[in-house]
Amino acid sequence: MQRIINDPDNVVDDALKGYLRASPTLLAPTDHPRVLKYAGHTGDKVGVVTGGGSGHEPAFLGYVGDGLCDAVAVGEIFSSPTADAFLEAFRVANRGQGVACLYGNYAGDTMNVKMARQMAELEDIDVKTVIARDDVASAPATQRDKRRGVAGEVMMWKIGGAAAARGDSLDEVIRLAQKAVDACSSIGVGLSSCTIPANGKPNFSIEPGHMELGIGHHGEPGIEVAPLTSADAIASAMCDPVLADQDFAGSEVAVLVSGLGATPVMELNLLYAHVADRLEAAGVKVYRTDIGNYFTSLEMMGATLTLMKLDDELKSLLDAPARSLAITQR
Amino acid sequence: MQFLDATHGKEILEELVEVIVENRNYLSEVDGAIGDGDHGINMAKGFRLCGESIAGQSLSLSKALGTLATTLMGSIGGSMGPLYGSLFMGMAKAVKDKDAIDAKDFGDMLAEGRQSLEQISDASVGDKCLLDTLVPAIDGYRHALDAGEDFPQALQALRHGAQRGCDSTLELEAKIGRAARLGERSRGHLDAGAVSCCLLLTRLADSTERRLEKAAA
Repeated sequence: MQRIINDPDNVVDDALKGYLRASPTLLAPTDHPRVLKYAGHTGDKVGVVTGGGSGHEPAFLGYVGDGLCDAVAVGEIFSSPTADAFLEAFRVANRGQGVACLYGNYAGDTMNVKMARQMAELEDIDVKTVIARDDVASAPATQRDKRRGVAGEVMMWKIGGAAAARGDSLDEVIRLAQKAVDACSSIGVGLSSCTIPANGKPNFSIEPGHMELGIGHHGEPGIEVAPLTSADAIASAMCDPVLADQDFAGSEVAVLVSGLGATPVMELNLLYAHVADRLEAAGVKVYRTDIGNYFTSLEMMGATLTLMKLDDELKSLLDAPARSLAITQR
Repeated sequence: MQFLDATHGKEILEELVEVIVENRNYLSEVDGAIGDGDHGINMAKGFRLCGESIAGQSLSLSKALGTLATTLMGSIGGSMGPLYGSLFMGMAKAVKDKDAIDAKDFGDMLAEGRQSLEQISDASVGDKCLLDTLVPAIDGYRHALDAGEDFPQALQALRHGAQRGCDSTLELEAKIGRAARLGERSRGHLDAGAVSCCLLLTRLADSTERRLEKAAA
């Protein structure tokens, strides 16, 4: 295992030490070792919290900042944070106007958030949730409630965070974050496996010369395993199910292409070239494109494609200022 | 009538810690086939932490199980933190203030653990999860008692039920957790939660049986 670590069992805690020392103007510690909060000043507003397993960096802590999330609960690699951690994140994010907890649809996260919400109720903290379900490969559109949350979560944090930053009420923040999630359709493609350091060996396998379309952020099996083909063909294979998921034709969209960790950013742009062709041919107007490592899976090779269908309301929130490790825009 | 001395909870708990820590890699391997391969790591971490926190103490069975529950809920997260945390918390509550546990108390303890677990999870038997081990184990235990068998015989039924239930997950299609997204392809693999639950119940039964024999001798 070629990894830069100390003790494989302490990777998350050791990494948090580094994050805190590297980004003191963005991230601050709390009373809970697995909860970080925004280090800057935020006035009275709805608190925005997220959380999830580690290994997806810059998610989730990279989205803590100005105009985004106020606190994050950090789990073990690919494993939900504890209910205690979510509760502490609710506490530090709460300014008396309630907390929007925006996270992805995974069994562990859902249970721990549920327990944390019950505990927060005893402390009179009003917590409402939006659960991202944007991965089209994980369940058909008719079973959207079963879908996983993937890179569409980035859009959810951006929209929800911007709404909270401009002073929207908790109900309004929740409505807009939900609207963002519902407007997103995503799909991933994996070219290689990834290794949790404490496990020491690959989590699953993708044979050399193959790729897995529809792969999840933890290597959950996708729609099909196929021979590795050209970037243009991969772009088409990703565009087909995404374009079929919602009626994007004639609409403006935000496009997010995220690497899964080990694919060079150059190749993400190379992949995008044909995605842009396909969108143009389908009559979809690209309003904005972001390409980079926004939501990863350790050192997996591959990429995710997310389309978010836009209207004026979502556009203004998408373009609102933000400052965090993963997103900085004026 | 046979009683389990419930004042030596720490010693019983140490055996549960041991069985999970010993099977860390095996559990991750089972999980790796259809899950994300971290079950052994997380369980071993939680149980090891619990083992460290009770070292040198003298604890009743209730206190020991309660410590295990809060350690798991507070330290391992994932799905297993809340699931096992609730199970052991329910068991701890059931034997609160008891110095000695008879066969009926033991059954009530397991039943209350199950109830507590079912309050936070929508899972049911057949979903390919730890309930597939837990429920047949508890049913086996209760049926044995109802049939007039004694404490050790009921523990034997508990072990059989747990093993049979755990084995049943091999052919089940996962309905819950990450493996659920595999649908049909989750068949042919054991569920990691069902396996760890089987290990824990088996060791609990072994440990209890040994203590009953010792008391009788």
